[in-house]
Amino acid sequence: MFAAIRLAETHPELSILIVEKANIVRSGCLAAGVNALNAYITDGHTPDDYVEYALNDANGIARRDLLSTMSERLNAVTRKIESLGLVILKDADGNYIARGARNIKINGENIKPLLAAAVKSFSNVEVLNHVNVVDLMLNGSTVIGAWGFDVREPTIYRLRAKATLMATGGAAGLYRPNHPGFSRHVMWYCPFNTGAGYAMGIRAGAEMTTFEMRFIALRCKDTIAPTGTLAQGAGAAQINARGERYQHRYGNTTSERLHAVVSENLNGRGPCALETIGITVEQEKALEHAYLNMAPAQTLKWLETKMPPSIANVEIEGSEPYVVGGHTASGYWIDRKRRTTLRGLYAAGDVAGSCPQKYVTGAFAEGEIAAESIAEYVAAHDLLPLDRFNAVEEVERLFGNPRGLYSTDELEEAMQQSMDEYAGGIRSNYRYTDAQLQTATAHIDRLERLSEGLRAESMYDLLKIYELRERLTVCRVLIEHLKARRETRWHCFAEHADYPDRDPTFDCFINSRLVDGKVEIILRRLEDDGIEEH
Amino acid sequence: MSISIDRSKCVGCGACVEVCPGNLLVLENKCARIRDVRDCWGCTACVKACRRQAIAYYLAADLGGAGTKLYALDEKRTLTWRLEFPDGSQQSIVVDKTQSNQY
Ligand SMILES: Cc1cc2nc3c(=O)[nH]c(=O)nc-3n(C[C@H](O)[C@H](O)[C@H](O)COP(=O)(O)OP(=O)(O)OC[C@H]3O[C@@H](n4cnc5c(N)ncnc54)[C@H](O)[C@@H]3O)c2cc1C
Ligand code: SF4
Ligand code: SF4
Repeated sequence: MFAAIRLAETHPELSILIVEKANIVRSGCLAAGVNALNAYITDGHTPDDYVEYALNDANGIARRDLLSTMSERLNAVTRKIESLGLVILKDADGNYIARGARNIKINGENIKPLLAAAVKSFSNVEVLNHVNVVDLMLNGSTVIGAWGFDVREPTIYRLRAKATLMATGGAAGLYRPNHPGFSRHVMWYCPFNTGAGYAMGIRAGAEMTTFEMRFIALRCKDTIAPTGTLAQGAGAAQINARGERYQHRYGNTTSERLHAVVSENLNGRGPCALETIGITVEQEKALEHAYLNMAPAQTLKWLETKMPPSIANVEIEGSEPYVVGGHTASGYWIDRKRRTTLRGLYAAGDVAGSCPQKYVTGAFAEGEIAAESIAEYVAAHDLLPLDRFNAVEEVERLFGNPRGLYSTDELEEAMQQSMDEYAGGIRSNYRYTDAQLQTATAHIDRLERLSEGLRAESMYDLLKIYELRERLTVCRVLIEHLKARRETRWHCFAEHADYPDRDPTFDCFINSRLVDGKVEIILRRLEDDGIEEH
Repeated sequence: MSISIDRSKCVGCGACVEVCPGNLLVLENKCARIRDVRDCWGCTACVKACRRQAIAYYLAADLGGAGTKLYALDEKRTLTWRLEFPDGSQQSIVVDKTQSNQY
């Protein structure tokens, strides 16, 4: 949406189409709201400081050029979203109030409705809600749009465009979640972001990077609500069951904070918690409000159990792993203009790789950069004809499949179980071995074959089938990346039990491309910044 | 986390169906229905969209839930959350939309 706003403002002559599987008013990661702007250059800091912080947190596996072009824009996009109506906390002089070194405090419950209202104010932006995009459309290797279907009506859309921006977010639901039963969708990342954008790019032959740097969120137990509000906002430290503060023994990068909890539990000192006992009544009330604005479950839990944070510490746990380029660095291999390796295709936000710690403002910044590059590109290129269009036959085949033994739900559960057991899920404390990864590959191959036979009886069934297939594609590539990084660069995120130490041989990017149906691994130097001229 | 829809309060306006990020809600005989409660993310978009307060949000038993229902009334300047405890007692929390979080 941010990219569309930028393009619409600066190029009223262009016609822009947003295609969204749900409704832009409340879709994706921020349907419930956003709790803080996590990427902002606060007073006394520079964009370069942000770049160094993100590079350090990623143990060097990120692109300086991408981080810097993003960081330079963080404050301008913040002013822009404020002008669209986002409430930001300010002091008496009108300066934003920081929450830690890189965050500012807001009321972000309505961030999506605000963006949607801004989008609607432009006459050159059209929105197709409830249309799920399945695949890119190509002329040779040039992207000339995408096709999708209405999730409620029997309609297939063939959407041709001079340039296409992929902004479908990351991938959740690959691994068995914390609560696999009734609450299977209570997870940190949006369960409806299924890795569609990654899968489309992979199938079309785009180069992907750093899938192996999974993101695992450290969250409040059960509700999977964010911990940052308690840790940074209210200054609560992590403690183990003996009341010891242990963080200093493990380091303070994102993966080390999670590793600390996993290790304390393994060593019999769990459960771990954020030490909130003793906070004041005012602090408690402020926390109740803050959580209602982004994760109401936590406030509900405090109030209904009558165990508010002032009298009970807040237990924490790790989530299942996700592939998400907004926190870690997995996604499309892009250049600084946010061009992917496929001509005519751009990527921004959680789907774009090598630029970690971007969060919502970083996603906005990338959207703006992509919008500017797209304006240049469309001015110089004509719309090419479409090579072929098999979508209707493909959809008809899924509706025509006989009813088989397995349902989409069953195959999804089997995928999550295989990933959990053999590709470093919660069950194995996020560790894996070569032998296990080999088994994971065999399971994913089997499930991909079985998914061919699934039968759709409604457009919603069709959605579920495609979501499963996207996830399987992402799993396949993820496993190859985990195999290829034969070291442990980040605890938990990519903890290879056969290679428990960091190895300088792997001071490089692990990239991949699908060639003749096989995942081909490409090692790229850390200085590599991109893509040959299109 | 999940939601429960009170069919006696629902007027079939479709507002909740429109906003669910997972396309989980459908109208059936002029009444909202969730396709599968296990698929709810708990984002509360539908709870806020329902002007009739027909949708309650609750913590599932596997998350430690104890039967309290949470409703929302979304107005221009305020968002009022109302908790309905199992013993029938209630508590409301009014969030002023023009005020930032303190944390
Ligand atoms: C619970 C949660 C809380 C967060 N809190 C914060 C915070 O407090 N501060 C912060 O800075 N960052 C926060 N983040 C991170 C931030 O939300 C993301 O980095 C940002 O939203 C990424 O933007 P995006 O456009 O890439 O993805 P999204 O915002 O998720 O947008 C992707 C969109 O693509 C749509 N889509 C997906 N697949 C398809 C398809 N096949 N066809 C059509 N449409 C599709 C989705 O429905 C969605 O609307 C949070 C993330 C989560 C999950
Ligand atoms: S709470 Fe969110 S995910 Fe659950 S049904 Fe309502 S809108 Fe959909
Ligand atoms: S928004 Fe409320 S009244 Fe309208 S259809 Fe949904 S549940 Fe029924």
